Amino acid sequence: MYRYDEFDERFVRERVAQFRGQVERRLDGSLSEDEFKPLRLKNGLYLQLHAYMLRIAVPYGTMNSRQLRQLAHIAETYDKGYGHFTTRQNLQFNWPKLKDVPEILDLLADVEMHCIQTSGNCIRNVTSDQFAGVAKDEVEDPRPTAELLRQWSSLHPEFVWLPRKFKIAVTGAEHDRAAIKVHDIGLKLKRDDAGEIGYEVSVGGGLGRTPMIGKIIKDFLPKSELLAYLEAVMRVYNSEGRRDNKYKARVKILVHETGEDEFRAMVEEEYAKLDGPTINAPQEEVERIAAYFASPAYETLPETSATLAKAQANDPALARFVEQNGFAHKQPGYIALTIALKEIGAVPGDMSAAQMRAFADIAERYSFDEFRVTHSQNLVLPHVKQDDVPAVFAALKEAGLASANAGLITDIIACPGLDYCALATAKSIPIAQAIAKTFADEERQKKIGLLPIKISGCINACGHHHVGAIGILGLEKGGRENYQITVGGDASEHAALGERLGPGIDAADVPAAIEAIVETYLGEKQGGESFMETVRRTGPEPFKAGFTAFIESRTLETEAVG
Amino acid sequence: MTLITEQGAVEDRFTRADTLEAALAADGPVLIPLWLVAEYAKVRPQAEFGLSVTGSTAIEDVAPHLAKVSLVAVEFAAFADGRGFSLAQKILREGYQGVLRASGPLIADEFADALACGFTEVELPETLANRQPVQQWLAAKDTMSDHYQSGYGRGPSILQKRHAARKGASA
Ligand code: SF4
Repeated sequence: MYRYDEFDERFVRERVAQFRGQVERRLDGSLSEDEFKPLRLKNGLYLQLHAYMLRIAVPYGTMNSRQLRQLAHIAETYDKGYGHFTTRQNLQFNWPKLKDVPEILDLLADVEMHCIQTSGNCIRNVTSDQFAGVAKDEVEDPRPTAELLRQWSSLHPEFVWLPRKFKIAVTGAEHDRAAIKVHDIGLKLKRDDAGEIGYEVSVGGGLGRTPMIGKIIKDFLPKSELLAYLEAVMRVYNSEGRRDNKYKARVKILVHETGEDEFRAMVEEEYAKLDGPTINAPQEEVERIAAYFASPAYETLPETSATLAKAQANDPALARFVEQNGFAHKQPGYIALTIALKEIGAVPGDMSAAQMRAFADIAERYSFDEFRVTHSQNLVLPHVKQDDVPAVFAALKEAGLASANAGLITDIIACPGLDYCALATAKSIPIAQAIAKTFADEERQKKIGLLPIKISGCINACGHHHVGAIGILGLEKGGRENYQITVGGDASEHAALGERLGPGIDAADVPAAIEAIVETYLGEKQGGESFMETVRRTGPEPFKAGFTAFIESRTLETEAVG
Repeated sequence: MTLITEQGAVEDRFTRADTLEAALAADGPVLIPLWLVAEYAKVRPQAEFGLSVTGSTAIEDVAPHLAKVSLVAVEFAAFADGRGFSLAQKILREGYQGVLRASGPLIADEFADALACGFTEVELPETLANRQPVQQWLAAKDTMSDHYQSGYGRGPSILQKRHAARKGASA
């Protein structure tokens, strides 16, 4: 894991002092509310429905036990005893007081954390693959790139007043778990024919009210040229991105309106004028950062563990957990485990202070003091010795963290929605809870298999519903909450946007509608196909038909009752 | 209007003029918009003058004049409109070495960024200067002692400093 040096340390400390000064200047009237707002946003402080919300950056989702314990402390001292992991690999506190925020920032700085640029019209926290450094299909670990970008994007003098927010994701694997195609910039590490490592650069992906899949504007960018090339992209966007309408201000609209080829030409023209060597990171500095992400001191072990196999044979719950939540590790004898923050009936992504402490102990003892946050609002223990899995499972169970539903229909992503968010048009969390309860039966979940559901409480799409295998969007229609359902969305290397099945439905009908969709899938499924594979093969038509039949039966029922 | 440089408040030598008459009537150098330059230069080919452009102006329109002016004022429509920062970088890249002014309702918290992008002074409307007096600007520019980005500001970036320190250590 990356550790701050004296420069990083001082930078974060000074940033806290700077924010403290900004709060003071707001209070004495030097800064107007309009002026203060973007300043507090760039420090992760939102005004929500009931209170302030503080969003803490977890750069590329990597954390250690010391940091999590500090978050537990903050949750208990300044919040209501829990924190909330988001779809951007961040952590949010929903109830801090403005006056406490500078103190919280001090506590974060003590453990090398911050809230820099977790909001506002600037380059946001860089996200990555939760299995970085673990996955077998990796060309190169994406975390050094992500850390370099964290530094480069922090308080960038030219790019802190962009037309709109800007999100960058990096993956180093064939299978895209970082959803790079729905980011403003998506970077994929790859090799060219000569075996050199570089990036494929996509620009203009995004969700929100105008969802778009990113366009590849550079097939292969040599690794050493990254910062200069990104500077060119950012400069084109900063200069040309629309500022007349905030709904059209993201770079995806610029790419769409100017056209992919023209946009590429603009970037290339800007890039040609840049003096790369004065901008790019020195090679030694790239290597210095990369060294922090070297593999931990693994033991030399056989590919699989006899101890674990035996324990699994004796404990079906453990077997189910390993099968569902385990992820193959590149190192023989090790495994990565997903911890689904999705107990049936719980709030997706919520974690209590007690759970944080328990989990910190587990990560420290069994995973080289490291864990990851995923964009599915889950956690990952990246380096667990297979021999240790039974002990880890027992400890997780005790903390209420052993849900064996990673990737299943009850592993639902939901944005905060009407329970917290000032922009929400509908509830999101209670819908997730209702669906999870409907499908609580483990056998049933297993039969249905991988089926990520994603829920947003308004058109801004923080719950990424466009890329959910089943997506649910909560709107408001005639004073009632109304839910639109899509299928076939995909954030992986097969990136696709979901298609709407039909008219919106009432909240109370959502679980039954999901059941109808699942029935269609089970009817259409061939062999071992997953839900997504079936949808990709059949297209949305059978699902539309099933959904229409569901709506008709519903109408008949209500008429019969009425 | 209040004019602030890294050293503090200074007098403005330039007089803004939006018409040829006003420009010709002014004492001392004038600051004129792009569309007035050709006319003015024809009448006063030898006179020193400054050029005022909006942040959205294309560099192609600015570049031909840079050799003739001693001041370029980039007008910020709003403090949150960052286009002027990119324009400043493009102007410097053309080899311009004169005074580069950020003009408009900027806030003190942007001073360091403006300087790092190559501006040498900021011109504020009076209401803003009253709320955020010069001392706040001078304090704000020094809140962060370092920056990560190479190619901005005068001093080396953090990446360059680390690099230099390692070289020094291994030498
Ligand atoms: S999708 Fe809408 S309701 Fe949900 S968090 Fe985002 S803005 Fe709020």
